[in-house]
Amino acid sequence: MNSGDTAWVLTATALVLLMTIPGLAFFYGGLVRRKNVLSIMIQCFIVVCVISLHWMLIGYSLAFGPSISGIIGNLDWIGLTGVGAEPHSAYGKTIPHFAFMSFQMMFAIITPALMIGAFAERMKFSAFLIFILLWATVVYAPLAHWVWNADGWLGGLGALDFAGGIVVHVSSGISALVLAIMLGKRLGYNHRPIRPHNLPFTVLGGALLWVGWFGFNAGSSLAADGLAAQAMVATQAATAAAALTWVLVEWWHNGSPTVLGAVTGAIGGLVAITPACGFVSPMSAMMIGMMSGALCYLAVAVIKGKLGYDDSLDAFGVHGVGGIFGTMAVGVFAQEAYGGKTGLLSGNVEQFAVQGLLVVVAVAFAIAMTFILYKIVDAIIGMRVEEKNEIVGLDLTQQSESAYTVIE
Amino acid sequence: MKLVIAIIQPHKLESVKKELEAVDVNLMTVTNVLGQGRQKGVTEIYRGAKEAGGLLNKVRLDIAVNEAFVEPTIAAINKGAHTGSVGDGKIFVIELAECVRISSGERGGTAIG
Repeated sequence: MNSGDTAWVLTATALVLLMTIPGLAFFYGGLVRRKNVLSIMIQCFIVVCVISLHWMLIGYSLAFGPSISGIIGNLDWIGLTGVGAEPHSAYGKTIPHFAFMSFQMMFAIITPALMIGAFAERMKFSAFLIFILLWATVVYAPLAHWVWNADGWLGGLGALDFAGGIVVHVSSGISALVLAIMLGKRLGYNHRPIRPHNLPFTVLGGALLWVGWFGFNAGSSLAADGLAAQAMVATQAATAAAALTWVLVEWWHNGSPTVLGAVTGAIGGLVAITPACGFVSPMSAMMIGMMSGALCYLAVAVIKGKLGYDDSLDAFGVHGVGGIFGTMAVGVFAQEAYGGKTGLLSGNVEQFAVQGLLVVVAVAFAIAMTFILYKIVDAIIGMRVEEKNEIVGLDLTQQSESAYTVIE
Repeated sequence: MKLVIAIIQPHKLESVKKELEAVDVNLMTVTNVLGQGRQKGVTEIYRGAKEAGGLLNKVRLDIAVNEAFVEPTIAAINKGAHTGSVGDGKIFVIELAECVRISSGERGGTAIG
């Protein structure tokens, strides 16, 4: 056990929680209309509560517990039985098992929270609760198991995902797209502009995400060591490059550099470097950031409009697209000197192929399971709010609250 | 009695207020409003989606005056808000049927000033 490593992982754990609340709550909250901001905030807040309990009761055992043929964890660790202050040999040899479990809990929390962006402003709160519980059980836990469990089958093939490009961002981003399509467009979408109601909230939330992401990426080293520092440098390089790229591209394409563009570009860079930050050089990280910034812009500003689905806050366009790109980028840019793995540019074709397999498996799995879960929950209680409630707004109809008073 | 309604540029409120006070018109109601005139609003861009027709911020003044103050009020607003470009705003004058001061119950012309 090492006190420095433990201190860093505990700190990083708190930083990752900061990403969901208040980071994501404000990032998404600012992007919706005044009548729906509280619905976003409560969804982000309640995800923290529901998934924390789910994780300690069963989720952690399914994801990281002793493996059944590399597919899923058994139930030995339910209720955190056998998880304690002593380190576990496979999950951070120098930190308490409790610290690893807590760090991973924050990842399990933010992943379903990211999907809120796709179904914002139109999903029933009750349906949301049931859906995320099911999703955490049959999508997140298995995927985390396959990639990160010591005996997971995808990890066993050599698939690399340093901090969750696949497990967190592709799983949530792809599921988000499925949800946005199945749920249908918001009323009035395409006919009337739907403007963000408070962009300063979005900038605040986006900036908190950036800060918290150092816990996410550098914390994934599970030690206060050189690899953590490398991940931190890569994270900063990619994020700065992606934000700047988005702004420059839209300035050229639309005539104005926007603050929403800068923040969105930054998130695109953070997502793309997440799987790669433990395997690439700072200069490669810059390249990954630039390419991700441009790619996410293309997905959100050009392609989404042509396809016509209503991914309200671009959960797919940023997390799905950036996550897939970053996962493939590991297979291209990984370098022996930075984390001991190699990619295409170092002549390793096999790694690139394995990363491709990782993407295909995660995308197919997320699509299939989200489709099935949607059908189940929709059949039981209905996913979408009634039309009149959508018009009045979710804050008043789901929560019986208003964010802003007009008259005292 | 007349009701003078003026729609002006928000940044001209201070100078209009000063001109009105100079002609002894001190009572007014001020509200933030949105609108568009000949300049047709603005285009906003969110994540690459252009949204034309965004309305511009304006300030509206509602001022009730007796007949003798109508022209000085119009002149003061004009002086304070005029720049000569589109978007300076408009002044509307309409007949006012009645005025009641709630604190004293006074009515008509004496209740206005």
